[in-house]
Amino acid sequence: MGKRDYSLLGPDATRAVETGLAAAAWYHTDVPRRGMKALMQREDGPAIRDSVILYGCMIVFAGIGIALWPGWWSAPFWLAYGVLYGSASDSRWHECGHGTAFRTKWMNDVVYQIASFMIMRNSATWRWSHARHHTDTCIVGRDPEIAVMRPPQFVKLIGSFFGIPEVIDFVPRIIRNALSGPTPQERTFVPESEWGKVRRVAQAYCAIHAATLALALWTGSILPLMVIGLPRIYGAWHHVLTGLLQHGGLADNVIDHRLNSRTVLMNPISRFIYWNMNYHVEHHMFPMVPYHALPRLHDAIRHDLPAPDTSMLSAYRQVWPAFRRQLRHEDYFLKRALPPTAKPYREDLHRISPGTPVGPATPPHALPAE
Amino acid sequence: MPWTKACATQDIDEEDLIRFDHGGQTYAIYHSPEGDFYATAGKCTHEEVHLCDGLVMGHLIECPKHNGKFDYRTGKAKRALVCINLRTFPVKVEDGDVYIEVP
Ligand code: FES
Repeated sequence: MGKRDYSLLGPDATRAVETGLAAAAWYHTDVPRRGMKALMQREDGPAIRDSVILYGCMIVFAGIGIALWPGWWSAPFWLAYGVLYGSASDSRWHECGHGTAFRTKWMNDVVYQIASFMIMRNSATWRWSHARHHTDTCIVGRDPEIAVMRPPQFVKLIGSFFGIPEVIDFVPRIIRNALSGPTPQERTFVPESEWGKVRRVAQAYCAIHAATLALALWTGSILPLMVIGLPRIYGAWHHVLTGLLQHGGLADNVIDHRLNSRTVLMNPISRFIYWNMNYHVEHHMFPMVPYHALPRLHDAIRHDLPAPDTSMLSAYRQVWPAFRRQLRHEDYFLKRALPPTAKPYREDLHRISPGTPVGPATPPHALPAE
Repeated sequence: MPWTKACATQDIDEEDLIRFDHGGQTYAIYHSPEGDFYATAGKCTHEEVHLCDGLVMGHLIECPKHNGKFDYRTGKAKRALVCINLRTFPVKVEDGDVYIEVP
């Protein structure tokens, strides 16, 4: 079998379109309409409360960090600030990008813009890339947000805990966006009407980072960068720790989120930072349910889902060996058992294998694992 | 275009919608918070997704896939990811039934 080609312009991308894997109709658990309507309802209260806590804590931690700078006593405050900047911004970017965090549109938009800047994602580009991630979740050649491509690159993976590959990607990309708009790959999912916005957002990001850098050079101190920019590196670890579990080690090229997404029960602090995205199967199946209703959605559909992992540690006990095995066997993945109350996986929907030309001889081997 | 009976008024809760298929096409019929009825094309203009699983908020319908929004009274696209307006159709209510004027 051929190797996976994750390029959005490559042969696996073409194959996904030809075979109907792209923009397919995905499996959904049946939820009565009235129950689903109640779950989808929007509120401002929970997200206002969480935003006051988040930004209040950031101001306090950064303030203490600056006051104690350059002493080592400032370190714990920078670590706490960094996680809120470099990790909580990931989940805020995500929820506000969906427009579900707040009921009020401008509140979603403001938090989305702040979070996109902090997590170093062009707010005009990533809205569209994330849409593609939802349309074609973990479809090789279609999903631009596959965190761990097969075979896994462990150096890159470990670097991600410090934001290194992302920052290395971000810097030339944002400069290029500022000069000439979206890259050719980005143009495959960002509509032309938005290309000007991609450029303007990039120019704003470049200006803020350049001003921060200039201030650091002028004062002869990295302190300004400790507040803006560097926390994307020293605070990234938590969003990578939680994010790798979303799809890591699970199937690709399937159209049932129970096969390619994972729900993990987590401690309340991680859930606050992650804004309940640990309920990831639920989120992908019903993306219009806001983060604060995901625990209720979980209760409503858990009879139809694989049992959630009971902690991050227990999830990593499966994910890490799966990554290692994928080094030698790219096709390997974890297939979780469904409870007897669940509708079975539709194996017939998942006969397309990446890297393999489509034809009558295509083997049904997209579900090979135990 | 002929008037086609789509449903009874009580078939749709207030601030909600249903799907209605007719003549090989799919439509969405809405019941607004004021008690009025409206009809649009049944699928989102961003991708081929049925709007009937979405959420009605006031006069907006939110698409269940990527949360794009339309004003269902005018079909106007109101929030990315939708950029193309939704087609709308005339509606009338007679004797407790909802009719839409479709090809
Ligand atoms: S399919 Fe409706 S917003 Fe994308």
